[in-house]
Amino acid sequence: MNNTQEMITEKSFDFDDAMKALAKPLHLLKDDDIAIRVKDVNLFYGTKQALFNVNMVIPKKRVTAYIGPSGCGKSTLLRCFNRMNDLVDGCRVEGEVILDGENIFDLIVEVAELRRKVGMVFQKPNPFPKSIYENIAYGLRIQGINNKSKLDEIVERSLKRAALWEEVADRLQDNALGLSGGQQQRLVIARAVAIEPEVLLLDEPCSALDPISTFKVEELIDELKVHYTIIIVTHNMQQAARVSDYTAFMYLGEMLEMQDTKSLFTNPKDKKTEDYISGRYG
Amino acid sequence: MKKWFSSGNAYIWMVSGAVSISMIIVIGLLFLIAINGLGYFWPKDVWELNYQDRSGKTIKLIGELHNEERISAKRLQEAGIETPPGQNFVTRYLLKVGNREFGNDFRWIEQFNIENKEQGIKTPEKLLVVERLAWGNLYGNFVALKEKGKVVAKDEPGYIELLKKVSEVSEKRKEIEKISRKDVGEINSLIEQLRLDERKLELDKRKNETTMKPLLEKKKILEEQFKGLQKKLDELNAVIKIDSIDVQLADGKIVDVPLGNITKVYEPNSFTIFEKIIFYAHKFFGFLYEEPREANTEGGIFPAIFGTVVLVMIMSIIVTPFGIIAAIYLREYAKQGPFVRLLRIAINNLAGVPSVVYGVFGLGFFVYFLGGNIDRIFFPESLPHPTLGAPCLLWSAVTLALLTLPVVIVSTEEGLARVPITLREGSLALGATKFETLWRVILPLVSPAMITGLILAVARAAGEVAPLMLVGVVKLAPSLPLDGSFPFVHFDRKFMHMGFHIHDIGFQSPNVDATKPLVYATAFILVALIFLLNFAAITIRNHLREKYKALGSL
Repeated sequence: MNNTQEMITEKSFDFDDAMKALAKPLHLLKDDDIAIRVKDVNLFYGTKQALFNVNMVIPKKRVTAYIGPSGCGKSTLLRCFNRMNDLVDGCRVEGEVILDGENIFDLIVEVAELRRKVGMVFQKPNPFPKSIYENIAYGLRIQGINNKSKLDEIVERSLKRAALWEEVADRLQDNALGLSGGQQQRLVIARAVAIEPEVLLLDEPCSALDPISTFKVEELIDELKVHYTIIIVTHNMQQAARVSDYTAFMYLGEMLEMQDTKSLFTNPKDKKTEDYISGRYG
Repeated sequence: MKKWFSSGNAYIWMVSGAVSISMIIVIGLLFLIAINGLGYFWPKDVWELNYQDRSGKTIKLIGELHNEERISAKRLQEAGIETPPGQNFVTRYLLKVGNREFGNDFRWIEQFNIENKEQGIKTPEKLLVVERLAWGNLYGNFVALKEKGKVVAKDEPGYIELLKKVSEVSEKRKEIEKISRKDVGEINSLIEQLRLDERKLELDKRKNETTMKPLLEKKKILEEQFKGLQKKLDELNAVIKIDSIDVQLADGKIVDVPLGNITKVYEPNSFTIFEKIIFYAHKFFGFLYEEPREANTEGGIFPAIFGTVVLVMIMSIIVTPFGIIAAIYLREYAKQGPFVRLLRIAINNLAGVPSVVYGVFGLGFFVYFLGGNIDRIFFPESLPHPTLGAPCLLWSAVTLALLTLPVVIVSTEEGLARVPITLREGSLALGATKFETLWRVILPLVSPAMITGLILAVARAAGEVAPLMLVGVVKLAPSLPLDGSFPFVHFDRKFMHMGFHIHDIGFQSPNVDATKPLVYATAFILVALIFLLNFAAITIRNHLREKYKALGSL
C-alpha cells in the first residue's frame, strides 16, 4: 500500500510538467494536428435546447478534457462524436462535426462504421457477462474476424495496452464480472482499444472508481494518447489538470473557453472559468 | 398492542400464516392424490366369507377389499336394509367380487350381515386371481389346467404348469400384437396410399390402363403379403386358444377360461412382503407402459402419457419462437405509444380468457377454416375423409400455443426490460448494430426469462383439458401420434391426454368403483409429469442464470 502511495506522488510529478510542456497553444496548431472540428453545433432534446452554438477543435493524439458544472452539456457534446445521442428519443442536432473530412451527421455515414472509429468508455464499467477474452474479442467478431490466432494476438495486445494483461493473463476464460471495478474499467478500455479506433471518448471514466484504480486509469490515459485522440469528460478539476493537454470549460450548454490545460488553469480568460476552477461554484 | 402492530410483526405473522396455509393445502392435496393413487397398485388380500343378502339367503363371496367405511345405521335403514338394534354406526366393506360376466363386479357388504362378523372373514392362501383381457378379474379356486378340453394337470403341479403357460402365451400375444399393429398396419397404410394415388389420377383425369398398371401390380403384391400375415395371425390365435383352465367360483360354478384371455394369474394371499413389493413394482410400471383395456377401466395409461408429452413438446416448439419474437418486437422495435400500449393490454387480457373459448376458436378457425382449406388444396384425393380438417394433434398444439402465448410474451418482455441500458450502449459503442447487440448480448441475458415463460406455459398447457376436448383429444386412440412409420410425427392423428383421461374415467365411465383409484393414480402421474417437465426447464434456467448472473450486479 505504502509503495503504491509513493508511486502515485512520484509519477504525478513526473508527468504534470513534462507533458504539459508539449501541448502547443491552440492558435499554433496546424491543420494536421487537428482530429475533429466542431462547427456551430446546436442540440435539442425535444423542444429544450441542450447545446448552444458549440465551436471547437480537438487536437490529434492529445487528451482534451471537458470540465464544467453538472448538466452543462459535457456528456451530451461527447456523445455527439459517436452519435450515441441517436438512441435518445426526440434528440435533434444541427451543425457539423467533421472527422476525417466528413461530417458525421451526414446521411451517408454509417453509424456502426463511425462508432468503430470513435470508441467510447462509460461512467460505470459495463463489461458484457462473458469471459474476459470474449469481451475483448466482441468488437472484432462483430467485424467478422474469427481467426483464433489473430484474435489471440489482438486480445493480448489490447490487454497489454490497457495495462491489464499481467493481472488477467492466466484467467482469460473467467467471467469478466469477477474482476474488480478498476479492472473492469480497464477491461472496457481494452475492449474499446481492440478495434483500433482513432478517437477514444471517456465519459467520467473514474467517477465510480477508488483512488488507486483512478490512478491506474489516469496513468493509462497518458500512455494511450500516443496512439489515440482522447476526449475525457470529468467532474474532477485536479484530474483534468493531471491528465489533459487541452481543457474546455462548458457552462449551461455553451463552451465558454478552451485552451491548453496549463494556460486555462493558470490564466483563464473568462470570469466564469476562473470562478469555477477556483471553486467558487460548481 | 398498538406498539406490536406498528412494529410490523403482525404483518409478518399474517404473511407467514398465509404462506403456511397455502403450503399445507398444496402438500395435503399431493399427499391425498399420492396415497390414493399409489395404494391402488398394492396387492390386496382376497377374502372369502359367507354373507346373508337381503332376501335372507346366505351366499359365499370371494373378493378383494377395496374400501371400508363407517356409516350411520339410519342411512342404511333408509336404503331399505335392516340394521341390528342399538347400533348407530355400522361398518361396511366395498368388495371387488369381479366375474363381470355374471353381474356387477363391485359389491357393498355390511359387516353385521357377514356370518360370524369379523371372524367369518377368511383369507385362504389358495384363492386365485385371474386377470383377463376381457370381463375383468376373475376370483375363485383353481381346479385344473386343460389342453383342448382335456384335463392335463391339477392342484399344485397344475398351478406351476399354469404359470409357465401364461408367460408363454403372453409372449405369443406380444407377437400377435406386433404383427397386427405394425406389419398389418404398414400394409394397410400402403394400400390406403395406393387408393389415394388412384383417386388422384382420377381427379387429374389421367386415369387409364397405363397409369393404373403399376398401381394394380403393387396392390396385388401387398394383398399377397397381407394374406400371408393373416394366415400367420390365425395360426398364432389358434395356438393361444388351445389351453384353458377351470376355475371354481364362489357359488360353486366351474368356468372355463382360455389362456389367450389371461394376462396374469396369482394367489395374493400367499404373497410374502417381498413378493408383494415385486408385484407392486410390476403393476405400477405396467400402469405406465400398458395400454388401457375394458373401456379404460383396466390396463395402463401409456398412450395418455405419451400424448400429453408429445402435445406439450409440439406446443413448446410453436409457442417459444412466436412469443420471443413478439416480445422483442414490442419491446425493442415498436415505437412506444398508445397503439403498443393497447396491444400490451390486449395480450395481458388474452391470458385471462377462459380456455374453453380458445377451444371454440381453435375448432372454428384452425380445424374447420384452416384445416378444411388445407385439405381442399393439398389433400383433395382423400376427401371427403378429412386429413387436417378434423380435430387432431396439430391443431391442439396450435390452440394451446395460442393459449400460452401471453405468458411467454410477458415474461420475455420483462426480461428485456431488465437488461441495463449500459450494456446496450457498450455494445453499440463498439460498432455493433442493433440486431447484433440483441443477438449477441441481450438475448443470452434474457434466456432465463424466456425459459421462465416456457415453464409457466408448460405448466398451464399440460393441465389444460377443456379446449382439447374440442380440438383433438379422444378417450381411446388406436395409434400413437409418434411412431416408426413415415412421417413419424402424425400431426393429423387424434391422441389421448391425461387430463382428459382423468375426466373420462372419473365421470364418463359406467364402472365408477373400478375407476376411482385409477383417477387418483392418473392424477398422480399427471402431477409427477408436470413436475418433471418443470424440473427439467428449471434446471436449464438455473444453469443459464449461473452463466449470466451479471444482471443483479449491474
